[in-house]
Amino acid sequence: MQTTTYTEVISTRALWGGGRRPLGVSYGKLMMWIFILSDALTFSGFLAAYGFSRFKFVHSWPEPDEVFSHVPLLGGGYPMIYVAFMTFVLIFSSVTMVLAVHAGHEMRKNKVVVYLFLTIIGGGVFLSSQAWEWYHFIKGEAGALQLNDGSIVHFVKPKGMRDGRAVYEKISLDALGGSSGRAVAHTLPELKRAFEASPGVQLRMADQTVLAHNRGDAVFAHAKAVVRGANLVKNEYGLPQFADFFFFITGFHGFHVFTGVILNVIVFLNVLLGTYEGRGHYEMVEKVGLYWHFVDLVWVFVFTFFYLI
Amino acid sequence: MADGGTAAIWKVFIVLGIVTLAEVLLGIYRPEFLTVELFSGFISLLDFTFILLTLYKAYCIVWFFMHMKHEYSNLRLTITLPLYILIPYLIFILLVESTYVRDILGF
Repeated sequence: MQTTTYTEVISTRALWGGGRRPLGVSYGKLMMWIFILSDALTFSGFLAAYGFSRFKFVHSWPEPDEVFSHVPLLGGGYPMIYVAFMTFVLIFSSVTMVLAVHAGHEMRKNKVVVYLFLTIIGGGVFLSSQAWEWYHFIKGEAGALQLNDGSIVHFVKPKGMRDGRAVYEKISLDALGGSSGRAVAHTLPELKRAFEASPGVQLRMADQTVLAHNRGDAVFAHAKAVVRGANLVKNEYGLPQFADFFFFITGFHGFHVFTGVILNVIVFLNVLLGTYEGRGHYEMVEKVGLYWHFVDLVWVFVFTFFYLI
Repeated sequence: MADGGTAAIWKVFIVLGIVTLAEVLLGIYRPEFLTVELFSGFISLLDFTFILLTLYKAYCIVWFFMHMKHEYSNLRLTITLPLYILIPYLIFILLVESTYVRDILGF
């Protein structure tokens, strides 16, 4: 058996005098990681609050497939498609970012320029898509009836059966009113008249139970307002919390994407000016890249909890 | 980079793309055999699958795109350990308290 003893004398000055990297990364990159850690906990807090509300109101939470079903040029009725496109755009812009970082390691300025440019374009496409989605969410689609207790009632028609249960589709307020063409129902009496003129239409209450047409009078007796679209106080999709969390979490994520695009643009201009070429390394691209991947990471979770589940 | 070609990057991209595509298809068609309830009706197998796939995607992004795989293990633990501890804690709180509030208030 062989025993070897290593003795290393390190002076206090060498140990604490700086210049060492105990975690193997530079100060800037370490701080970016620490920032990402704290931001990850912030988003975890938001998503936990969202999960809390969703479990609390598990019986009356709106069905995401019914709310987010618009696709540009095609209109409604295509759940998941557009948000899947947004997810792919963000993942792809993450890939171009990794490629930019990789090109930076090899000190190939032109490649860094191309890949960073593509990343910025990806961020722009994502932000515009989100603006488009917010526009449709705020404008509303079908409209609904609000009762005195604040709950939302939808107008539905049977669509068929699935898994032994009846499936209904939402009817727009504008489609009510039978053969009299587009009956525009802005006030409660107008809406009641339009509903009475559409015998096939049933009412779906907040807890998802569907009432027959002839129960309409009893429901309208408690009616408070006609709701179209969404704001922070009420929305046509269901619980006010649903729209509040949607605005707050996707908004906060969108703000991160926006910040990321601005950082990318600044770094892009610096690459063009040759700042990092002069410095001898492209570590700034790496740091901004970390932030950009984090934005993608958050979206992966938002996508699952808002749109899939 | 140690194992640096761009081939590895594209491989991760393809994996992420396939997982996302699978999630979208499951989300649109919601196959009947996956609607089974798990943990005494707490969550459906489909939603559980979504969460597992999401965690797998998060692993791919952090480990390969953010190069966490190639960092020192002390950096890796500095960043991930607080998340491993605090996020399950948050999930525990939200699940316990939300069901409690729901039962008490009778939603």
